[in-house]
Amino acid sequence: MPYPTDRKYTKEHEWIQVNGNAATVGITDYAQQSLGDIVFVETPKVGAELTAGKTFGTVESVKAVSDLFAPASGTVTEVNAALATSPEKVNSDAHGSWMLKMTLKNPSELDGLLSAADYEKFVAEEAGH
Amino acid sequence: MSSAEATPAGTTTNVRKTALNAVHRQMGAKMVEFNGWDMPVEYPASIGCGIINEHMAVRTGVGIFDVSHMGDIRLAGPQALAAVQHISMNDASRLAINQAQYSALLYPEGTFVDDVIVHRLAEDEYLLVINAGTREKDFSWVRDNTRQFDCAVENLSDDFTQIAIQGPKGVNLLRKLTDADLNAVKFYWVTRGKLCGLPNILMGRTGYTAEDGFEIYIPADEATSARVWYEILAAGKEFGVVPCGLGSRNTLRLEGKLPLYGHEISDTINVWEAGLDRFCKMEKLEFVGRTALEKAKAAGIKRSLVGLEMTERGIARDGYKVLDASGREVGYVTSGSPAPFLKKNIALAYVPTELAAVGTAVKVEIRGQGVGAVVVPTPFYKRPKKSA
Repeated sequence: MPYPTDRKYTKEHEWIQVNGNAATVGITDYAQQSLGDIVFVETPKVGAELTAGKTFGTVESVKAVSDLFAPASGTVTEVNAALATSPEKVNSDAHGSWMLKMTLKNPSELDGLLSAADYEKFVAEEAGH
Repeated sequence: MSSAEATPAGTTTNVRKTALNAVHRQMGAKMVEFNGWDMPVEYPASIGCGIINEHMAVRTGVGIFDVSHMGDIRLAGPQALAAVQHISMNDASRLAINQAQYSALLYPEGTFVDDVIVHRLAEDEYLLVINAGTREKDFSWVRDNTRQFDCAVENLSDDFTQIAIQGPKGVNLLRKLTDADLNAVKFYWVTRGKLCGLPNILMGRTGYTAEDGFEIYIPADEATSARVWYEILAAGKEFGVVPCGLGSRNTLRLEGKLPLYGHEISDTINVWEAGLDRFCKMEKLEFVGRTALEKAKAAGIKRSLVGLEMTERGIARDGYKVLDASGREVGYVTSGSPAPFLKKNIALAYVPTELAAVGTAVKVEIRGQGVGAVVVPTPFYKRPKKSA
């Protein structure tokens, strides 16, 4: 599938969409497909400090708990309350279901993330094992 | 996020495969290793599957499972009944020909070797259907503990492909494929008949889903197994049949409080703790484990298996600690998961007997936090009674 080019991606299957100093974070379609039916999303509270590469929450499928890794460092400004009642939205529209919004501490961190094309290639290799 | 583990095609570990392995992969199933077997955990969303859809199909229509990984032991001979009575805690003398019962094989300590379905197939012939992970252990155990009886013990585990057809529409589906009179087969009875052109196929009205349904035993060659699997799916289309994997198998049995070896029952847990009293016939004066069970009952049962429902936001999972109201660790979760039909997060857990009363508030430790739960009656789900 073509991944939206309006954002960047991590090898842990998160996406981050940037607008100036603000960013929106979610997980990719590949992630939701691998997880299966998502039943629970645990996000940090507004005001929490995130560190790039460190876990910031969990997403749970019926069978398993998976860590979510912060694509960038910063402060959480908003969390998507709809996912508390309808976590399955992440399955039906992973790229449209944001998990949190944040202000970026160090926007240059994003330079190290994958473009849509690079992420697509990465996923193709991972799936082909 | 951390990616889910999957068994890639062409894996080189010593993982066993059922005759339907290629079929599951062809259908795009997500595969996982389970007790040494490469098994489907769920089928793709693109064909209407996934754990939740598969679970709901079994509760409302019909779903099919490859359960060939389970084992089969046959005891046959003049003293077959005596042999079964010695190793099994339930009373097999109550079985008419073609009747089955749930039971367990116990160690002398009164703890579990395995749980088992005992089928009486003929005057002096019994079939024990056992768990996948305990095939070899059980066969050795049965053989070694029945030497004194005039009875042949055979391991038939590799002889069958076993397919479970489960759900309220299971009987409707199977009726299309066999000449056997399924209306005459009550729950926990078996019959034989022609199935998909195969003669004399054993079909039992048994299962592990807390629904009505059948388990069929067909020849284990790949060609026959695949043909029958696809014929069942075709016949079941009008009932909304879907293939189901181990993921939904687990959520279905959990809702029905059916034990899983290594979780609710094991070699360190006894029959009273597990709450399986009604399958243990102490009026049978001799069976392996009976003496220890008598002593254990007299000494008092210290811990009990209970059902929990989460009262605060969170999912209890296998191995999580159970805390009392003051936050002290008192027990552990044996099996925990979201329940797709009940739409709650449920668990089975061992707690001290004094905390086992329905309504007792406890906590489950989830990633360092105590999350509220309450002891509830079990089974969590009981299938609706069919009107005559």
